[in-house]
Amino acid sequence: MKHAAPKAIAVSKAIDKVIREDRGRLLSALIARLGSFQLAEDALQEAIVSAISHWGRAGLPNSPKGWLLRVALNKGIDHIRKGQREEQKAQDFDSIRYDHAGEQDDEAIPDERLRLIFACCHPALEEKSRIALTLRTVCNLTTREIAAAFLDTESTMGQRLSRAKAKIQTKGIAFKIPEADQWNDRLDTVLSTIYLIFTTGYVLEDNSSRDLCKEAIFLLELMCKLKPEESEIEGALALMQLTEVRKRARIDGDGALVPVEEQNRDLWNHDLRKQAQDLLTTAMKRRQIGPYQIKAAIADCHMEEPIPDWPQMALLYQELWRFEPTPVVALNKAVVLAELGECPAALLAVEALEDELSSYQPWYAARADILMKIGRKHEAIIVYKQAIELAPNEASRVFLEKQMSGTAQ
Amino acid sequence: MKYMLLIYSDPAEGPEYGTPEFEKMMAGYFSANEKMKADGVLCDGEGLQGIETATSLRIRDGKVETMDGPFAETREHLGGYYVVDVPDLDAALKYAELIPTAHDGTIEVRPLMDYNPAG
Repeated sequence: MKHAAPKAIAVSKAIDKVIREDRGRLLSALIARLGSFQLAEDALQEAIVSAISHWGRAGLPNSPKGWLLRVALNKGIDHIRKGQREEQKAQDFDSIRYDHAGEQDDEAIPDERLRLIFACCHPALEEKSRIALTLRTVCNLTTREIAAAFLDTESTMGQRLSRAKAKIQTKGIAFKIPEADQWNDRLDTVLSTIYLIFTTGYVLEDNSSRDLCKEAIFLLELMCKLKPEESEIEGALALMQLTEVRKRARIDGDGALVPVEEQNRDLWNHDLRKQAQDLLTTAMKRRQIGPYQIKAAIADCHMEEPIPDWPQMALLYQELWRFEPTPVVALNKAVVLAELGECPAALLAVEALEDELSSYQPWYAARADILMKIGRKHEAIIVYKQAIELAPNEASRVFLEKQMSGTAQ
Repeated sequence: MKYMLLIYSDPAEGPEYGTPEFEKMMAGYFSANEKMKADGVLCDGEGLQGIETATSLRIRDGKVETMDGPFAETREHLGGYYVVDVPDLDAALKYAELIPTAHDGTIEVRPLMDYNPAG
């Protein structure tokens, strides 16, 4: 028995690796066959417990993933069998058990994660539940990690996740890729959910144990692989990559946020920028323009050297307005107008948005900045103070304080 | 799965009887009915008379209380329903989208209770 300890450690490492890399894939394969989120999760958990003892005795199987899938599937079917009223369904599952009995090759497991993403991001679920469910099932974050990102307690988040899973079942949300006539709407919901994951990570900075920006990029890369040649998916990925390019440059030595045009370009990830630009070019060639491609193009213009391409950005915001006539887009248009030297017009445009954006922090920051530019310093200071009070994190607070005291470079 | 599509609307909104808009709405209902029938999903569907015709009843302390009017005063009233038998929520939502009142009211889509999941 002297080899038991190293063997046990090897087994637990192997299981950790499969779960870290492939939990979402196994789960989606199980949901597709068992038809239930909860049943699939329970069955996978039981298979993991079996793996610990079985692999410990018999050694690692050739295909750990295939082994887990097969065992989990059998456990799931056993559960269904135990539910007496589901006899008919259990009979249907006999064929599945047989089909997968000889599965040895990991690559033979079909990747059903696109269906999983669309189910988790169904518009019939609350926005926050969509985010939580996607992070839990597709990205394999723990309930505790998700709770931390949303400043919730672990038990509150746990309840939200169970409710969401139950709702998928009771509402009859299908585990499938939407049909053509619903595709655009559903894709919108998926992309906005992933974008919210990204922005949550962006605002949180480094306070969380898992980088939500990276998880959002992972989700979009996965979608690009499973649903190639979809311009808005590529546009959304390019947008997030372009933001990620500047990650190391966006906060200076004093902990203050640095505006894009003042960042140290040596700190940018130029390879990633090239990759994002190529992706965006490919996407735009298809001429299926949408808001994510436009936002990515704006982000890229903002990073032009030696100065941002403000005139092109103004045109792009005009184009974005056709898709999203929202106060936030109007505010961004006004900010670009100010950069083009049209400060009085920009100020009018910003002030016209007061009712709609009175609780939106960037509105105060933009207004203060324009007031400062046209020399109305006293008013600017009052508005800066409001912006500082509403600042989402320390870096923007420090940046605004610098701006206010006029010491920013 | 069976879903009930509950049709809620504000009587103050929506087209007036006798106007071309009203005719258009009726034509919309007609084609929704036909589509649901043709697809073989329609189980049931009825329109309700206005809430002024409603009588509400409840039993409290063994005593039957009967009242004129609806159970709850709300801006949007239940005006009718369909029951459709479809594979999943997405399919039910597609039929809900065909109901003309979706444009000026709200369609609530709810699964019916399944008393015998074995079927």
